[in-house]
Amino acid sequence: MTENSAPSESVIASPSGVRLAAKLVGSTDTRSPSELPADDVCLKVSNLALFYGSKQSLNEISMRIPRQRVTAVIGPSGCGKSTLIRCFNRMNDLIDGVSITGRIELNGLEIHDEDVDVAQLRRQVGMVFQRPNPFPKSVYENVAYGLRLAGKVPKSELDDRVEWGLKSAALWDEVHDRLNDSALGLSGGQQQRLVIARAIAVEPSVLLLDEPASALDPISTLKIEELIADLKTRYTIVIVTHNMQQAARVSDFTAFLYLGELIEFDSTLKIFTNPSESKTEDYVTGRYG
Amino acid sequence: METSERLPQEHRKLFRERMNLGVWFKSGEPWVWLTATAVGTSIIAVLGLIGIIAVKGLAHFWPADVITFEYESELGEQQISGEVVQRERVPRAQFEESGAGRAIDISGDPTRLMIKSGNRRVNPPDFRWIYTHDITKQEKQQDLITFERLEWGNAYGTIVELRQDGNAVSTVNPWRELKKRIGRVVDLRRQAKSIQNRSIDRINYKLEKLRLKQRKRELQGNFNTSDLDWQREQLNQEYALREHELNDINVELDRDTVVIAIAGGRESVIPLKNIVRAWQPNAMNVFSKFGHYCASIWAFLSEGSREANTEGGVFPALFGTVLMVLLMSVLVTPFGVVAAVYLREYARQGVFVRLIRIAVNNLAGVPSIVYGVFGLGFFVYLVGGTIDSVFFQAAKPAPTFGTPGLIWASLTLALLTVPVVIVSTEEGLTRIPKSLREGSLALGATKAETLFKVVLPMASPSMLTGVILAIARAAGEVAPLMLVGVVKLAPTLPVDGNFPFLHLDRKFMHLGFHIYDVGYQSPNVDAARPLVFATALLLVIIIIVLNLTAITLRNRLEARYREAMN
Ligand SMILES: Nc1ncnc2c1ncn2[C@@H]1O[C@H](COP(=O)(O)OP(=O)(O)O)[C@@H](O)[C@H]1O
Ligand SMILES: [Mg+2]
Repeated sequence: MTENSAPSESVIASPSGVRLAAKLVGSTDTRSPSELPADDVCLKVSNLALFYGSKQSLNEISMRIPRQRVTAVIGPSGCGKSTLIRCFNRMNDLIDGVSITGRIELNGLEIHDEDVDVAQLRRQVGMVFQRPNPFPKSVYENVAYGLRLAGKVPKSELDDRVEWGLKSAALWDEVHDRLNDSALGLSGGQQQRLVIARAIAVEPSVLLLDEPASALDPISTLKIEELIADLKTRYTIVIVTHNMQQAARVSDFTAFLYLGELIEFDSTLKIFTNPSESKTEDYVTGRYG
Repeated sequence: METSERLPQEHRKLFRERMNLGVWFKSGEPWVWLTATAVGTSIIAVLGLIGIIAVKGLAHFWPADVITFEYESELGEQQISGEVVQRERVPRAQFEESGAGRAIDISGDPTRLMIKSGNRRVNPPDFRWIYTHDITKQEKQQDLITFERLEWGNAYGTIVELRQDGNAVSTVNPWRELKKRIGRVVDLRRQAKSIQNRSIDRINYKLEKLRLKQRKRELQGNFNTSDLDWQREQLNQEYALREHELNDINVELDRDTVVIAIAGGRESVIPLKNIVRAWQPNAMNVFSKFGHYCASIWAFLSEGSREANTEGGVFPALFGTVLMVLLMSVLVTPFGVVAAVYLREYARQGVFVRLIRIAVNNLAGVPSIVYGVFGLGFFVYLVGGTIDSVFFQAAKPAPTFGTPGLIWASLTLALLTVPVVIVSTEEGLTRIPKSLREGSLALGATKAETLFKVVLPMASPSMLTGVILAIARAAGEVAPLMLVGVVKLAPTLPVDGNFPFLHLDRKFMHLGFHIYDVGYQSPNVDAARPLVFATALLLVIIIIVLNLTAITLRNRLEARYREAMN
């Protein structure tokens, strides 16, 4: 971990740096996602297009997101990264004037089907936002929030699940003696891990992280990255980031998005060492960004 | 030549001064002064207002010394005893023009005193002016007693004789004996009141219920009333019993009288049952005066009014005001909040919603008397009348809800104040960060769940702000209330021991209207004036207390959510 976290921006930000980057990539997976057997696909996106009113923000995107791996989504800001992952838990439904075409299958089931319960879907596909957004309630109540929504849970079971959630998010040791204090008293990094604990407490199968560390200091960022490495054995993780080293460090697969189009989606190793598209290479070497 | 040389110099000097002034203006300092002056003026105005009301209102309860004056008048030598309630200088021109005063041998403006001389029945009037230059002698008699009476206002005098059943009571210390016997009368009065409230009023209430039940049956064509007759018989028997007890107490109450000598050599007989309290102000030291002062204030707050509201306390009005405001808050809060939630969270934002919003804002500017008229026409006559013809057919032609009452007054004020609750709740809802709503929705909460668990709790400080503004407006409102439920004198409180305990259909008293009534409709202006100030002070204090409570609550909630808001 410590070897990976040190390098500065400039390492990758030069054409020769691409080769150097190979050493920084955490994952050894070299398969292309398109070669995955159907069983290993968690989210299957086909011909997804999205319009905000008349403005198109996603254009014919197709990708197969592998199960229990970390998939990074990179691209310049405004290219549609957030928009894309917000499609996976149908958060875009909340915005007036959005229209979506194409298919998204979660474990083989189309999420836009009429009989899909959106609340149920969102419990399966958890989401963590850029800025920590704990509720103005106690630490305990924050984690219990999603559990209570699912129905009445006995107090002892609730306690267990809250503890489990906080432990999974590597926060238990820091907060176990102040579960009843306001969550707003925690530091930014702790808040973000609390939000992750809140999301995993309801036991989703997919975790969407939208630039989860961009508002945090380096140490907290490190902790979040460690946490992601821990969690990927249990969850399918999709992380949006604008930090290339982060994508390289934490992810197994990387998708490069540009102006609403999916330019390239491949193993992280390939994207950072030997991308097929020149646009990808330009981006990861820092020619635009 | 010289002048033309000096001129540019003077010009320059003038110019420099102007520049300085210009610099001063540009520095913004004049604005600081201007705004500070405005703030200062407002503070002085508020403090002055409350100060005057407080001084005039609170002074009334102090047991003032009773002074015996001897003075000259057109009718010759006069003697009166009384409290000095006012002292004023009369401009000499006015004094001479009026011709009322006698020729005077002093220079400058004469001074006159207003004396509250009491003894309205035997020696009216009970307030009179005397000029200081007419006074030949004044003294404080130690054994002079002030009697506060149930009727006829205060009496001032010294004890001549105590009588029991018309026969003189021989005693070494008549003052102590008098106090003892007044204590007995107070006890008896309390017993009588308790029988009246606990038994007789209750029996009357039940009898009325029985009558209505019977009438209802008759309307349904059922003339079998034997069970009701039996119940009525029971109640009547109990009534006779209680009435008998009450009569016994009244006989006891009539036992004692006191004969007093009043200034001017006359005597007056006062039945003890007519005495509220008696004290010897001239013999009291500061501490016992202070004790008496506190007791008087408590009596003012806890007792009903007497003598067409010119004497006694304001408890029914105080109770009515607070109850009405609380009821109004309970009605206006959910209504305003629900309306705001719909407008902000559910309605599609567009021209129509904007029009509604404009209408709501303008509603706040409609004169309050218009609401009163609306309340009378809509709530009282239409809604109340309908309720009566559906549920209270038996009571007709006497209206139950189809007449002004507590519920209609509260509803009218709720309607009057609902715009402020809507506006401030909406403001609160817009201030909730989107990220928190999304956080909740992303965990699988529905829109309603998010609303109840995250959004509304966080908007609660704003709702309370709305309620605070509503209370501040409602508690001071009088005009519409006169049309929809407030009366000069209500026979009963809207809350009592008879089921359903809170009687929403009853008329009630209100401090604001009480002030108006005492101040402008009173048969005895001089006696009523201090009560106007005391009541106004009380109203102001009540509004401040209600507001402070709500503000404290709001600040607590705000502190809890402040960090989540940024
Ligand atoms: N609620 C919205 N309404 C209209 N346009 C939007 C909305 N959200 C995002 N967009 C547009 O969609 C595009 C993609 O945005 P986004 O997904 O937030 O980009 P990224 O996360 O990659 O920075 C941008 O051009 C942005 O202006
Ligand atoms: Mg984004």
